[in-house]
Amino acid sequence: MIRVVLPAHLRNLAKVTGEVQLDMPGPSAGAGPVTQAAVLDALEARFPVLLGTMRDRNTGKRRAFVRFYACEEDLSNEPPDTPLPDRVIAGEEPFIVLGAMAGG
Amino acid sequence: MSGVRVLVGTKKGAFTLTSDGKRDKWTVDGPFFGGWEVYHLNGSPADPDRIYASASGGWFGQVMHRSDDGGKTWNPVGNDFTYTGDVGEHLWYDGTPRPWEFKRIWHIEPTRDDPDTVYVGAEDAALYVTNDGGHKWTELTALRQHETGPRWQPGAGGMCLHTIILDPVHKDRIYVAISAAGAFRSDDGGQSWLPINKGLRSGEIPDQDSEVGHCVHHITQHPSRPDTLFMQKHWDVMRSDDAGANWREISGELPSDFGFPIAVNANDPETIYVVPIKSDSEHFPPDGKLRVYRSRTGGDDWEPLTKGLPQSDCYVNIYRDAMATDTLDPCGIYFGTTGGQVYRSADDGDSWKPIVRDLPAVLSVEVQVLP
Repeated sequence: MIRVVLPAHLRNLAKVTGEVQLDMPGPSAGAGPVTQAAVLDALEARFPVLLGTMRDRNTGKRRAFVRFYACEEDLSNEPPDTPLPDRVIAGEEPFIVLGAMAGG
Repeated sequence: MSGVRVLVGTKKGAFTLTSDGKRDKWTVDGPFFGGWEVYHLNGSPADPDRIYASASGGWFGQVMHRSDDGGKTWNPVGNDFTYTGDVGEHLWYDGTPRPWEFKRIWHIEPTRDDPDTVYVGAEDAALYVTNDGGHKWTELTALRQHETGPRWQPGAGGMCLHTIILDPVHKDRIYVAISAAGAFRSDDGGQSWLPINKGLRSGEIPDQDSEVGHCVHHITQHPSRPDTLFMQKHWDVMRSDDAGANWREISGELPSDFGFPIAVNANDPETIYVVPIKSDSEHFPPDGKLRVYRSRTGGDDWEPLTKGLPQSDCYVNIYRDAMATDTLDPCGIYFGTTGGQVYRSADDGDSWKPIVRDLPAVLSVEVQVLP
């Protein structure tokens, strides 16, 4: 189970409060690796309203002012197919989506 | 007595302002979509409870919302504005080719008869339509793929399609305007487009007779006289009486013919309104006096309307989609400022009062007359 923390604007769009929990089996259950892209795919599949809000719809690239953090590390610029840290996959730490420090 | 609902888009959310037909006492609701830039909201003429809103922002992109209960509750609808087919290139500010890139929806134009069919204008310039209430958007590609498209260049605010007029008489006629490509007309429901910029003069481009490249800020039309169009250009207030085939200047003795919005009185197709702004670099009223100018002669002769508007130390701007007129008699006129004020006149512009003074910077104003 993957825990995901969304920023307030995306929680409002998805009509959720608190963390989102995603069931993602992972390699131990015969599925593919739990990567940043896989988590975002699962998140968008569950909440289609989030399509286009974190990644560009066409290129799949992270939106410029969206950040992905976990385990006190900035994973924003990691390749999307990089497996997430073990503690995220184990559900011990959340995968955090947030808006960059770029207010206006 | 009928009522009115004013739809206000701001830099940080949307608001609805409601009143009865006297338009004296107002209720302010919102913010809706707090924190999002709401470039435009617009209601369906066929069903005033149906309202669409465009919310966007640098963090999370573009989201479209729909209300089916007059703005009390909202739900997100589709936001897939993928360009169809060959994306192509336009000119960037430095004159180099640049691929079209979607940024946001600037304008929403619901059709007169069907609440589910709505046109929207995008930055980078493109026209989309939905026939299912906003879930699926389809690009009308002929506009973006017009032979002049590779020569279109953005204005300072981006290459936005900001004006859409669905002709009330000619069923398949659509007008659009793009900064800074100019105005275009389709007579076949968007399958082909004709640049309609003859007579425009723009000192910012080298060839005054160029068929594209003019920075049109806004166009309006009175439904009873569909071949007459009024335009506020970057500089110059213009008029066409032949569906945009030819334009002539009607700026007269305005203190400045630079500005953004232009509106027409619902009860008189020759009464029009502009708000002069000092210049392209000084986006505030001349002399710090916020004055709406009215022409009762379809242009050329203008009178300042100042009663109730600040006449000193006022340095706000009024954006292109931030002025609207209702269909009551006398006509109500509404406009919003970058200072967060929304002013209204309930007497054809003779006098003004603020409905609300301290909203975020106002991006757009529309008004609905309620049964």
